[in-house]
Amino acid sequence: MTFFDSAKKVLQQNIREYGMYIALFVIMAIFTITTKGTFISSRNIVNLINQTGYIAVLAVGMTLIIIIRQIDLSVGFLAGFLGAIAAIAMADPKVISNGLNLPVYAVIPLTLSLGIMAGLVTGFLVAQMKIPSFVASLAGWLIYRGAILVVTESTGTIIVANSAFNAIGNGFIPDIPDIGILPGVHKLTLLLGVLAVILLIVNEFNNRRKKQSYNFEVLPVEIFSLKLIFLAAIIGGITWILAGYQGLSWTAVIVLLVTLIYNFVMSQTVLGRHIYAIGGNPDAAELSGISVKKLVYVVFGSMGMLSALSGILFTSRLQSATTTAGTLFELDAIAAAYVGGVSAAGGVGKVVGSIIGALVMTSLTSGMNLMGIGISYQYIVRGAVLAAAVIFDVTTRGKN
Amino acid sequence: MNAPILEMKNITKEFPGVKALSDVSFQVAKGEIHCLVGENGAGKSTLMKILSGVYPQGNYNGDVIFNGHVQKFSSISDSEKAGIAIIYQELALIPEMTVYENIFLGHEIKNGLLIDWNETIKQAGEILKKVNLDINPATKVRNLGVGKQQLVEIAKALSKDVKLLILDEPTSSLNETDSENLLALLRDLKHQGVTSIMISHKLKEVIEIADTITVLRDGQTVATLSKDEVTEHKLIKHMVGREINNIYPKREHKPSQEIVLEVRNWNAYHPTLGRAILKDVSFNLKKGEIIGFAGLIGSGRTELALSIFGNPDGYRLSGELFVNGNKKQFHHPQDAIKTGIAYVTEDRKGDGLILIQDVKQNITLANLHKISQRGVVNNNAEIQVANQYKTNLNIKTPSVEQKVSNLSGGNQQKVCLGKWLFVGPDILILDEPTRGIDVGAKYEIYTIMKDLVKQGMSIIMISSELPEVLGMSDRVYIVSAGKIAGELTAEEATQEKVMRLATN
Repeated sequence: MTFFDSAKKVLQQNIREYGMYIALFVIMAIFTITTKGTFISSRNIVNLINQTGYIAVLAVGMTLIIIIRQIDLSVGFLAGFLGAIAAIAMADPKVISNGLNLPVYAVIPLTLSLGIMAGLVTGFLVAQMKIPSFVASLAGWLIYRGAILVVTESTGTIIVANSAFNAIGNGFIPDIPDIGILPGVHKLTLLLGVLAVILLIVNEFNNRRKKQSYNFEVLPVEIFSLKLIFLAAIIGGITWILAGYQGLSWTAVIVLLVTLIYNFVMSQTVLGRHIYAIGGNPDAAELSGISVKKLVYVVFGSMGMLSALSGILFTSRLQSATTTAGTLFELDAIAAAYVGGVSAAGGVGKVVGSIIGALVMTSLTSGMNLMGIGISYQYIVRGAVLAAAVIFDVTTRGKN
Repeated sequence: MNAPILEMKNITKEFPGVKALSDVSFQVAKGEIHCLVGENGAGKSTLMKILSGVYPQGNYNGDVIFNGHVQKFSSISDSEKAGIAIIYQELALIPEMTVYENIFLGHEIKNGLLIDWNETIKQAGEILKKVNLDINPATKVRNLGVGKQQLVEIAKALSKDVKLLILDEPTSSLNETDSENLLALLRDLKHQGVTSIMISHKLKEVIEIADTITVLRDGQTVATLSKDEVTEHKLIKHMVGREINNIYPKREHKPSQEIVLEVRNWNAYHPTLGRAILKDVSFNLKKGEIIGFAGLIGSGRTELALSIFGNPDGYRLSGELFVNGNKKQFHHPQDAIKTGIAYVTEDRKGDGLILIQDVKQNITLANLHKISQRGVVNNNAEIQVANQYKTNLNIKTPSVEQKVSNLSGGNQQKVCLGKWLFVGPDILILDEPTRGIDVGAKYEIYTIMKDLVKQGMSIIMISSELPEVLGMSDRVYIVSAGKIAGELTAEEATQEKVMRLATN
C-alpha cells in the first residue's frame, strides 16, 4: 500500500472525527483572510479562548448529559446564580450588606459543592421521580433565574474586588525570570508547549509499543510520523501564538485540565464506558449489572459542578456578578456539543469534540465581530453552521 | 358448507434465510368461525399479515381470493376497505380517548368539514349494543378493563362494516368470564352474518367454538378438520407431529445431585397494576444440568427469569430463592451477577446488545473490572479477551472492532453469549437462545451449551421450540399462565405431553 492509499484510508475511516477539526481550521483560515490577519493575532486568540472558557466547561458536562439521553436546561442560570453566590461570599459586609468576606480558597470549593448539590437535585428528579429531564431542568431554569434576581435584588450588580479571583478569568500564568533570550515572548508558556509535545510523543510511542507487544495492527510508520508531526505542529503553533502575547491564561489552564480529566474518564475508565453503555442502550446496560440510576446522579452531579465552574469563570471575567448572568449559556453549550458530534440519539460523543464545537461557535462570533457583521446576521450564520454540522454528522454516520 | 368467502391459495412467504410459509392453502366458508392453530412460529401470524396487507402484494407468492375476487392488498387500509378487520393481541386503542372517539377513529362521521359528534355518539351507542357492551360511549378507554377494551376493538371493526373479522389470540389476556363473554359474542356475530377467523392456543375454547379448524406446522397446512371430527388429542398430534431431526449433540454427561438454584413458592405481581404475573412457582436446578422451560409465548417464562435475575422490572415478589443452599435477595441485576447468575435475554437487539458499539465493548461490558486496574480499562487486554471469545465461539466478524449491528443474528447471539461467559457464571439462563438464527449457528450454540455443563455450569433454557427443549434438557418444566403446570424428565417428555400441559 502506498503512502497516499493508507493516508486516504485513515482519513476515510475517521472523517467523522476529523470533520470538526477541519471545520474549525477552515473557519479560522477564512476569518484570518477576511480580517487581514487580525483574527489569528495573539491578542485575539487569547481573547477567544477566554471567551470560550465558560461555555466550554458547560459543553463538557452537557456532552455527558446528552450521551445518557438526557438534557439539562438549567445550567445557564445555575451558573449565573452560583457566580452571584461566589461574589456575595467574597464581598466585604461593609459594601454588600450580606457579604461574608470569605477568602477565595474557601469560596471556590464552596461554590463547586453547591453546584454538585444542585446537579444532584436535578438527578434526583430524573432518576428517582422519573420526571423527563427536559421538564425537570426547565423548572430549574425558572428557579435559578428567580434566584439570581433574589440575591442581587438589593444590590444590583455585585462588583468583585478580589484580584486573585478576578485573575481566573483575566490573568495569565507567571513567566520565569528574564534570562536574556527571546524578549517579548512568554517563556514558561513555550516551555509548557515543548513539554506537552514531548509528553504526546512519548505517550504515542508507548501506546504503539504496547499494541505491537499484543501483535495488534498499528498505523503504518509513515502515517504515524505524519500524525505526530501534525499534532506537534498544532500544539507548537498555538503555543507560539499564545506566547507572543501574555502567555497561557488561567482560563485556558482550567479548560485544558477539565478537558483532559473528562476525556480520560470517558475514554479510559470503567465509569466512562458505563456512561456510554447507558446511552447506547439503557435496558442492556441495566441487565449487564450497571446501575443506571446511580450514573444519572453522577452525570447530573458533574454537570452541576461544571455549571458552578462556569459561573466562577464568567463572574471572574466580568469582575462582577450581574442580574442577567448565564442567559442562554445552556443553549450555547448544547449547540457546542451537537456541533462537536454528540448524537441526540445518545451513546455517541466525545468531550474533545464538544470543546472544538465551542471553539467553532466562539470563533464565528469573534470573527464576525472583527468583520463588523451585525448581531442579527451573526445569529443566522451560527444557526446555519449548527444545522450544517448536525447534517454532516447524520449523513456520515450512516456510512460507518 | 357455504361458499368460501376467503381462499388463500399456494401462499409462500420467505424471510431472509427462513421460509415462513410454504405453499399454504387456506379456505374459510361464509358465516363460519374458523380457528387457526399451531405452535409458536408455525406461520399463523405471517398468514394473517398477508391477508390483512401488512405484507403487501408482491412480497409473497400465491393468491388471496376474497369475496370472489383476487385481491391485491398493498396496505392495511386496502384490506379494511374490502371488509377485513384484524384485532391484534396488543390492542390498538388510544387510552386517553373516549370509546366513541376510538370506534370512529380514522373514519369519522362528518358533516361537511366538521366531525358530527352527536351522530358519532348515537351510532357508537348502537354498535356497543351489538357487542353486548353496556357502557357510556363517553368513557375513556383507559378506564375499561382488558375484556371490555377487546369488545371496543370489535365494535370498532363492526363500525367499518366488516365482513371478515380476524382475532389474534383474543382470550390470552382475559379471565374466564371475559373469555366466555367474548366467545358468546363471536357466536352472536356469526348469526348476524359476520365470518370470523380466530387464532388461539387454548385448544379447549377452540374446540368449543370453531366450525372448522386449520392446523399449521412449520409453515405448512397439515390438516383442516370440521368440528365433528376434532378432538384435543388429534389437534395436538397435528400441531407437534414433526420428526425430530437428530440435530442435538449427544450428551454422555450426567448432572450431579447437588442443587445450585432453588426457587420456592415464588409469586410476582405487576408493580403498578397489581396483576399476578407468577403464581406459586417452585423449581430447582442441579449442578451440570440443563433444565428447559417450555410454554407458550406470554406464559410468564421470561418474567420468571427476570424476577430471579435481580428483578429489573420491579415486580413485587414473595417467596424464597436459594443459591447453593444460601437464601438470597437480589435488588438489582448486579447482585445476581455477583452471585454467579447470568441471563442471556430473548431480545438481543432490544435489551441484550449495544448495537452502536463494537464486538469487544459488548463482550466486556458486564465485567469491565476484570480487565481494569484502579478503574482504568486496559484497552489492549480488552481486544485480547474479545479475540479469545471470537475464536472460541466462532464469531464470524472481520474484527472485534466491528459494530455488532453489522453482524448476522447468529453471530450477535454468540456475542451475547460471550459477554455472559466472560462474567464466569455458575448458572446461565438462556432465553430463546436460538430464536431467529440459522440451523448451523443453532447447532454451534447447542454444542457450546453441552461443553458448558460438562465443565460444571448449570443452564436454564427458556425456549418456545419444543424439539429444542426436548433435545437439550435433562428435565423440562412446563409453564402456563404464570404457573408451573408440570415437570417431566427427559425420558418422560414428549411433544404431546408438553403441549397438553402448556395449552391447559
